[in-house]
Amino acid sequence: MQNKGKDTAFLGLCVALALGLAYIEVLMPPLLAAVPGIKMGLPNIILIFLLYRRGVASAATVSLLRIVLVTLLFGNTMAFLYSLAGGVLSMAVMVLLKKLNFLSVTGVSVAGGVTHNAGQILMAMWLMNTAELGYYLIVLAVTGTIAGLLIGLCGALLIRRIPNRW
Amino acid sequence: MEHIDKTRLRRNDVIFIAALLAVVAIAGACLYFLRGEGNTVTVTVDGEVYATYSLAVDRVEDIHTGKDGLNRLVIKDGKAWVETASCPDGICAAHKPIHREGESIVCLPNKVVITVSTADSGNQPDIVV
Ligand SMILES: [Zn+2]
Repeated sequence: MQNKGKDTAFLGLCVALALGLAYIEVLMPPLLAAVPGIKMGLPNIILIFLLYRRGVASAATVSLLRIVLVTLLFGNTMAFLYSLAGGVLSMAVMVLLKKLNFLSVTGVSVAGGVTHNAGQILMAMWLMNTAELGYYLIVLAVTGTIAGLLIGLCGALLIRRIPNRW
Repeated sequence: MEHIDKTRLRRNDVIFIAALLAVVAIAGACLYFLRGEGNTVTVTVDGEVYATYSLAVDRVEDIHTGKDGLNRLVIKDGKAWVETASCPDGICAAHKPIHREGESIVCLPNKVVITVSTADSGNQPDIVV
Protein backbone atom coordinates (compact mmCIF):
# COMPACT_ATOMS: atom_id res chain seq x y z
CA MET A 1 0.00 0.00 0.00
CA GLN A 2 1.20 3.47 -0.80
CA ASN A 3 1.01 6.21 1.76
CA LYS A 4 1.70 9.88 1.33
CA GLY A 5 4.89 10.02 3.38
CA LYS A 6 6.43 7.12 1.53
CA ASP A 7 5.38 8.65 -1.80
CA THR A 8 7.08 11.94 -0.98
CA ALA A 9 10.23 10.18 0.18
CA PHE A 10 10.31 8.16 -3.04
CA LEU A 11 9.90 11.25 -5.23
CA GLY A 12 12.68 12.94 -3.22
CA LEU A 13 14.91 9.99 -3.95
CA CYS A 14 14.05 10.32 -7.65
CA VAL A 15 14.94 14.03 -7.60
CA ALA A 16 18.29 13.14 -5.99
CA LEU A 17 18.98 10.50 -8.65
CA ALA A 18 18.02 12.93 -11.43
CA LEU A 19 20.38 15.51 -9.89
CA GLY A 20 23.19 12.95 -9.86
CA LEU A 21 22.63 12.23 -13.54
CA ALA A 22 22.48 15.96 -14.29
CA TYR A 23 25.80 16.38 -12.50
CA ILE A 24 27.37 13.72 -14.73
CA GLU A 25 26.14 15.76 -17.70
CA VAL A 26 27.78 18.89 -16.31
CA LEU A 27 31.08 17.00 -16.14
CA MET A 28 30.80 15.73 -19.72
CA PRO A 29 32.10 17.81 -22.63
CA PRO A 30 29.41 20.04 -24.17
CA LEU A 31 27.12 18.33 -26.65
CA LEU A 32 27.24 21.32 -28.96
CA ALA A 33 30.35 23.48 -28.69
CA ALA A 34 28.62 26.44 -30.31
CA VAL A 35 25.78 26.58 -27.77
CA PRO A 36 27.06 25.66 -24.31
CA GLY A 37 24.37 24.67 -21.84
CA ILE A 38 22.58 22.25 -24.14
CA LYS A 39 22.40 18.82 -22.52
CA MET A 40 21.51 15.37 -23.81
CA GLY A 41 19.08 14.70 -20.97
CA LEU A 42 20.37 11.76 -18.94
CA PRO A 43 17.89 12.49 -16.09
CA ASN A 44 15.17 11.47 -18.56
CA ILE A 45 15.76 7.90 -17.48
CA ILE A 46 14.19 8.74 -14.11
CA LEU A 47 11.35 10.65 -15.77
CA ILE A 48 10.52 7.76 -18.11
CA PHE A 49 10.36 5.40 -15.15
CA LEU A 50 8.12 7.77 -13.19
CA LEU A 51 5.88 8.52 -16.15
CA TYR A 52 5.03 4.82 -16.55
CA ARG A 53 5.00 3.91 -12.86
CA ARG A 54 3.51 6.95 -11.17
CA GLY A 55 1.95 9.03 -13.91
CA VAL A 56 2.35 12.51 -15.33
CA ALA A 57 2.10 14.48 -12.09
CA SER A 58 5.04 12.71 -10.43
CA ALA A 59 7.22 12.82 -13.56
CA ALA A 60 6.52 16.52 -14.19
CA THR A 61 7.14 17.43 -10.54
CA VAL A 62 10.49 15.66 -10.43
CA SER A 63 11.43 17.19 -13.81
CA LEU A 64 10.73 20.74 -12.64
CA LEU A 65 12.44 20.27 -9.27
CA ARG A 66 15.47 18.81 -11.01
CA ILE A 67 15.71 21.78 -13.43
CA VAL A 68 15.38 24.35 -10.64
CA LEU A 69 17.88 22.59 -8.37
CA VAL A 70 20.45 22.09 -11.13
CA THR A 71 20.25 25.80 -11.88
CA LEU A 72 20.72 26.71 -8.22
CA LEU A 73 23.63 24.29 -7.84
CA PHE A 74 25.68 24.71 -10.97
CA GLY A 75 23.71 26.36 -13.74
CA ASN A 76 23.19 29.77 -15.18
CA THR A 77 20.05 31.51 -16.38
CA MET A 78 20.63 30.54 -20.02
CA ALA A 79 21.01 26.86 -19.15
CA PHE A 80 17.87 27.12 -16.99
CA LEU A 81 15.78 28.46 -19.86
CA TYR A 82 17.17 25.83 -22.27
CA SER A 83 16.42 23.05 -19.77
CA LEU A 84 12.96 24.37 -19.08
CA ALA A 85 12.05 24.56 -22.78
CA GLY A 86 13.49 21.10 -23.44
CA GLY A 87 11.90 19.63 -20.32
CA VAL A 88 8.41 21.00 -20.91
CA LEU A 89 8.32 20.16 -24.63
CA SER A 90 9.64 16.62 -24.21
CA MET A 91 7.33 15.91 -21.27
CA ALA A 92 4.31 17.08 -23.28
CA VAL A 93 5.27 14.94 -26.28
CA MET A 94 6.01 11.87 -24.16
CA VAL A 95 2.68 12.16 -22.30
CA LEU A 96 0.83 12.50 -25.60
CA LEU A 97 2.58 9.53 -27.23
CA LYS A 98 2.09 7.40 -24.14
CA LYS A 99 -1.64 8.16 -24.34
CA LEU A 100 -1.78 7.33 -28.05
CA ASN A 101 -0.34 3.94 -27.09
CA PHE A 102 1.26 2.90 -30.38
CA LEU A 103 4.87 2.97 -29.15
CA SER A 104 6.65 1.17 -26.33
CA VAL A 105 8.69 2.91 -23.64
CA THR A 106 11.69 3.02 -25.97
CA GLY A 107 9.83 4.76 -28.82
CA VAL A 108 8.34 7.28 -26.41
CA SER A 109 11.81 7.92 -24.99
CA VAL A 110 13.27 8.53 -28.47
CA ALA A 111 10.55 11.09 -29.18
CA GLY A 112 11.32 12.63 -25.79
CA GLY A 113 15.05 12.79 -26.55
CA VAL A 114 14.56 14.50 -29.91
CA THR A 115 12.03 17.03 -28.60
CA HIS A 116 14.18 17.67 -25.51
CA ASN A 117 16.98 18.80 -27.82
CA ALA A 118 14.63 20.64 -30.18
CA GLY A 119 13.12 22.59 -27.27
CA GLN A 120 16.56 23.67 -26.09
CA ILE A 121 17.75 24.85 -29.51
CA LEU A 122 14.44 26.62 -30.25
CA MET A 123 14.82 28.48 -26.95
CA ALA A 124 18.41 29.38 -27.87
CA MET A 125 17.23 30.63 -31.29
CA TRP A 126 14.57 32.74 -29.64
CA LEU A 127 16.84 34.16 -26.92
CA MET A 128 19.74 34.82 -29.28
CA ASN A 129 17.51 36.02 -32.08
CA THR A 130 19.53 33.88 -34.49
CA ALA A 131 17.67 31.58 -36.86
CA GLU A 132 21.06 30.27 -38.03
CA LEU A 133 21.14 27.97 -35.00
CA GLY A 134 18.38 26.02 -36.76
CA TYR A 135 21.04 24.07 -38.64
CA TYR A 136 22.02 22.48 -35.34
CA LEU A 137 18.55 20.93 -35.17
CA ILE A 138 19.77 18.27 -37.61
CA VAL A 139 22.78 17.36 -35.47
CA LEU A 140 20.71 17.44 -32.30
CA ALA A 141 17.95 15.29 -33.82
CA VAL A 142 20.51 12.55 -34.38
CA THR A 143 22.09 12.79 -30.91
CA GLY A 144 18.60 13.02 -29.41
CA THR A 145 17.56 9.81 -31.17
CA ILE A 146 20.63 7.93 -29.94
CA ALA A 147 20.32 9.26 -26.39
CA GLY A 148 16.57 8.58 -26.37
CA LEU A 149 17.12 5.02 -27.59
CA LEU A 150 19.70 4.21 -24.88
CA ILE A 151 17.65 5.93 -22.18
CA GLY A 152 14.49 4.17 -23.36
CA LEU A 153 16.09 0.72 -23.31
CA CYS A 154 17.45 1.35 -19.79
CA GLY A 155 14.14 2.85 -18.67
CA ALA A 156 12.20 -0.16 -19.98
CA LEU A 157 14.56 -2.46 -18.10
CA LEU A 158 14.02 -0.48 -14.88
CA ILE A 159 10.26 -0.54 -15.25
CA ARG A 160 10.37 -4.32 -15.82
CA ARG A 161 12.85 -5.18 -13.07
CA ILE A 162 12.06 -2.80 -10.22
CA PRO A 163 9.26 -4.35 -8.11
CA ASN A 164 5.85 -2.81 -8.54
CA ARG A 165 5.57 -1.57 -4.95
CA TRP A 166 8.02 1.22 -5.87
CA MET B 1 -8.89 -5.42 -24.02
CA GLU B 2 -5.62 -6.83 -25.28
CA HIS B 3 -2.66 -6.25 -23.05
CA ILE B 4 0.58 -4.96 -24.54
CA ASP B 5 3.79 -4.99 -22.53
CA LYS B 6 4.96 -1.42 -22.92
CA THR B 7 8.48 -2.25 -21.83
CA ARG B 8 9.10 -4.52 -24.82
CA LEU B 9 10.39 -2.98 -28.02
CA ARG B 10 7.66 -3.16 -30.66
CA ARG B 11 7.78 -3.11 -34.42
CA ASN B 12 6.14 0.32 -34.26
CA ASP B 13 9.18 1.62 -32.37
CA VAL B 14 11.56 0.42 -35.05
CA ILE B 15 9.40 1.94 -37.79
CA PHE B 16 9.11 5.21 -35.85
CA ILE B 17 12.87 5.49 -35.24
CA ALA B 18 13.71 4.56 -38.83
CA ALA B 19 11.24 7.14 -40.17
CA LEU B 20 12.66 9.78 -37.83
CA LEU B 21 16.23 9.13 -38.93
CA ALA B 22 15.17 9.08 -42.61
CA VAL B 23 13.54 12.51 -42.27
CA VAL B 24 16.63 13.88 -40.51
CA ALA B 25 18.98 12.38 -43.13
CA ILE B 26 16.96 13.84 -46.02
CA ALA B 27 16.74 17.26 -44.35
CA GLY B 28 20.48 17.19 -43.62
CA ALA B 29 21.37 16.14 -47.16
CA CYS B 30 19.16 18.87 -48.64
CA LEU B 31 20.74 21.50 -46.41
CA TYR B 32 24.23 20.35 -47.27
CA PHE B 33 24.08 19.61 -51.00
CA LEU B 34 21.64 22.29 -52.09
CA ARG B 35 23.98 24.95 -50.78
CA GLY B 36 26.04 26.53 -53.50
CA GLU B 37 29.07 28.73 -53.10
CA GLY B 38 28.08 32.06 -51.63
CA ASN B 39 29.54 35.38 -52.66
CA THR B 40 28.82 37.65 -49.69
CA VAL B 41 28.95 37.51 -45.92
CA THR B 42 26.49 39.34 -43.71
CA VAL B 43 27.48 40.25 -40.19
CA THR B 44 24.70 40.79 -37.68
CA VAL B 45 25.12 41.97 -34.11
CA ASP B 46 22.25 41.19 -31.73
CA GLY B 47 19.98 40.53 -34.69
CA GLU B 48 20.74 43.83 -36.43
CA VAL B 49 22.69 43.89 -39.71
CA TYR B 50 26.12 45.32 -38.97
CA ALA B 51 27.77 45.05 -42.37
CA THR B 52 27.85 43.06 -45.62
CA TYR B 53 31.11 42.16 -47.32
CA SER B 54 31.93 40.52 -50.66
CA LEU B 55 33.78 37.23 -50.43
CA ALA B 56 35.68 38.18 -53.60
CA VAL B 57 37.66 40.91 -51.85
CA ASP B 58 40.29 39.94 -49.29
CA ARG B 59 40.05 42.01 -46.14
CA VAL B 60 40.35 42.09 -42.36
CA GLU B 61 37.56 43.72 -40.35
CA ASP B 62 37.29 44.26 -36.62
CA ILE B 63 33.71 43.89 -35.43
CA HIS B 64 33.29 45.87 -32.24
CA THR B 65 30.34 45.00 -30.00
CA GLY B 66 29.18 46.34 -26.68
CA LYS B 67 31.82 47.76 -24.38
CA ASP B 68 34.84 45.71 -25.37
CA GLY B 69 33.56 42.88 -27.56
CA LEU B 70 35.70 42.19 -30.59
CA ASN B 71 35.65 39.64 -33.40
CA ARG B 72 38.29 39.93 -36.11
CA LEU B 73 36.77 38.77 -39.37
CA VAL B 74 39.16 37.71 -42.14
CA ILE B 75 38.08 37.25 -45.74
CA LYS B 76 40.64 35.59 -47.98
CA ASP B 77 40.46 33.45 -51.14
CA GLY B 78 36.64 33.45 -51.09
CA LYS B 79 36.40 32.19 -47.52
CA ALA B 80 35.59 33.95 -44.26
CA TRP B 81 36.62 33.11 -40.73
CA VAL B 82 37.09 34.69 -37.31
CA GLU B 83 40.78 35.06 -36.53
CA THR B 84 40.62 36.33 -32.97
CA ALA B 85 37.79 37.15 -30.62
CA SER B 86 37.34 38.63 -27.17
CA CYS B 87 34.75 36.04 -26.12
CA PRO B 88 35.76 33.66 -23.32
CA ASP B 89 34.86 30.46 -25.16
CA GLY B 90 36.71 31.16 -28.41
CA ILE B 91 34.31 28.90 -30.29
CA CYS B 92 33.85 31.36 -33.15
CA ALA B 93 37.61 31.60 -33.67
CA ALA B 94 37.88 27.81 -33.73
CA HIS B 95 35.16 27.50 -36.42
CA LYS B 96 36.39 26.40 -39.85
CA PRO B 97 36.31 28.95 -42.69
CA ILE B 98 32.87 29.32 -44.27
CA HIS B 99 32.05 29.81 -47.96
CA ARG B 100 28.89 27.81 -48.77
CA GLU B 101 25.54 29.57 -48.90
CA GLY B 102 23.85 29.52 -45.50
CA GLU B 103 26.96 28.54 -43.54
CA SER B 104 27.48 30.65 -40.49
CA ILE B 105 29.76 31.35 -37.57
CA VAL B 106 27.98 32.23 -34.36
CA CYS B 107 29.58 34.01 -31.42
CA LEU B 108 27.00 33.80 -28.64
CA PRO B 109 28.88 35.89 -26.03
CA ASN B 110 29.25 38.82 -28.44
CA LYS B 111 25.89 38.11 -30.17
CA VAL B 112 27.67 38.16 -33.52
CA VAL B 113 26.46 36.01 -36.43
CA ILE B 114 28.39 35.82 -39.70
CA THR B 115 26.41 34.21 -42.51
CA VAL B 116 27.31 33.43 -46.12
CA SER B 117 24.70 34.31 -48.70
CA THR B 118 24.41 34.92 -52.41
CA ALA B 119 23.72 38.44 -53.60
CA ASP B 120 22.40 38.99 -57.14
CA SER B 121 25.23 39.02 -59.65
CA GLY B 122 25.97 42.42 -61.14
CA ASN B 123 25.50 44.43 -57.98
CA GLN B 124 27.71 42.50 -55.59
CA PRO B 125 28.21 44.76 -52.64
CA ASP B 126 31.79 45.46 -51.75
CA ILE B 127 30.70 46.96 -48.50
CA VAL B 128 27.24 48.04 -47.53
CA VAL B 129 26.71 49.27 -44.01
ZN1 LIG C 1 33.10 33.98 -29.93
